[in-house]
Amino acid sequence: MFTNAGTSSFTAFLSKVAPEMLPGRRALPPGMAADLAPHATTIVAIAASGGVVMAGDRRATMGNLIAQRDIEKVHPADAYSLVGIAGTAGIGIELMRLFQVELEHYEKIEGAMLSLDGKANRLASMIRGNLGAAMQGLAVIPLFAGIDLAASDPARAGRIFSFDVTGGPYEETGYDAIGSGSLFAKSALKKRYRTGLSVDDAVRLAVEALYDAADDDTATGGPDLTRRIYPVVMTATAEGTHRLTDAETSAIAESVVAGRMENPGG
Amino acid sequence: MAMQFYASPEQIMRDRSELARKGIARGRSSVVVSYTGGVLFVAENLSSTLHKVSEIYDRIGFAAVGRYNEFENLRRAGVRMADLNGLSYDRRDVTGLALANSYAQILGAIFTEQSKPFEVEICVAEVGATPEEDSLYRCTYDGSVTDEPGRMAMGGQAEAISGVLKSNHRPDMSLADAVKVAVQALGSVGGEGGAARTIAGDQLEVAILDRSRVGRTFRRITGAALTALLDGDAAGGSAAEGGRAQTPTTPTEEGHKPTTSAGSADLEDKPGDNSGT
Repeated sequence: MFTNAGTSSFTAFLSKVAPEMLPGRRALPPGMAADLAPHATTIVAIAASGGVVMAGDRRATMGNLIAQRDIEKVHPADAYSLVGIAGTAGIGIELMRLFQVELEHYEKIEGAMLSLDGKANRLASMIRGNLGAAMQGLAVIPLFAGIDLAASDPARAGRIFSFDVTGGPYEETGYDAIGSGSLFAKSALKKRYRTGLSVDDAVRLAVEALYDAADDDTATGGPDLTRRIYPVVMTATAEGTHRLTDAETSAIAESVVAGRMENPGG
Repeated sequence: MAMQFYASPEQIMRDRSELARKGIARGRSSVVVSYTGGVLFVAENLSSTLHKVSEIYDRIGFAAVGRYNEFENLRRAGVRMADLNGLSYDRRDVTGLALANSYAQILGAIFTEQSKPFEVEICVAEVGATPEEDSLYRCTYDGSVTDEPGRMAMGGQAEAISGVLKSNHRPDMSLADAVKVAVQALGSVGGEGGAARTIAGDQLEVAILDRSRVGRTFRRITGAALTALLDGDAAGGSAAEGGRAQTPTTPTEEGHKPTTSAGSADLEDKPGDNSGT
């Protein structure tokens, strides 16, 4: 089974040899299961000049309870792209790990990386595979952003793709947010986003938008100064993906909070 | 009813071995050696796209000689096995030994069950924390596996090349020295009247498993970096190697989180450190 000529896609290979490892292939008993597992909440992504920024709050909720204070929802998909997940946490983590292996597997088998659109399409079909579970309340929605290495204008190489439970991808212009607090985060971004932002400005803007989401959405966690838990902020540029260190995010989050002491509306 | 002529199992095995051995000896050779900074693969290869040396997993590389379609099939199988295990368990649970054993099973089954054995010989190399902890496994056409002591040669006149390697190679060599020794060994055969010859850089496929890296350690050395290594004196060599061997990156907790992509730039050296690879 390993030596068949087969495919360069790892999920296609799994569907032959170990279909039980694909989240969409499991038979679920009928009925709603929405309250069964923790939900991951708000993610924002911003296209900047020469890169993209993605940030996520750290809260996972189960109904009215906080299931986890320091969950990590933004991850590198490969060397040049980022993926954030909202929705059912367990399935989200599983899909994200599978997506990482999918991209790495293709790169190793073919000796070349997938195009950014190819990666987004691949993720869309993986999300579509989870449609049955999504209809029973176990939906996962990712946000995907990365650098298009083939872009003619390097300043506009950062691109963002959103999805719904039936797949996608939908390319977004400038910025996007997903998850329960996305309404508030997007409203904040709508007023503050300008094209041609630098990566550093976009990082600050992302943290501000998450603060606004946490301000109005109970399922989104704001910067937790007492426990020193800050949003996960990642960037993808032509140099690769980078996760801001705890020191960097704490400095930004503290300055955002300080700004809100003066003006709570930001 | 047609009668089959009797052939003893011994005869059949001998014929198959001979076929495989002849096929492997016809091709060009590959060399795999340990050095201070990792594991070095050098293969004589006229093509720059049909690789004889490839990445399997974070710390595991693959080198092969023989028929391209056959070892390419094995390489893909290896990537699939490694990725499947890495996803099911953890990235750290993918080992060279497990892979070498699987290859032995596949090659052994093909040798005894099919009418034609695979005319290939492959090396599964896993880079360790020190040169002593590197493991090089040689898997041959009949399914046997051998653990090689830090250096090995395959294909063509492998024995002659091994002889040259054995007398010149030491595990504490720098990358530049190791490349020089490997290329010298490959060029020690095949010249006019059995004399030594020089192999040009564009006929070599060179790659390393970089000991100091976290995550995916496999890097190809091509173009200017390769030329610098081949013609360079010691200075050129150390420039291409960067200062990395002296200051290995400490594997961090971050690098082992199951949800961290091994391709992440956070696992690489900081920008500005000219890797040359």
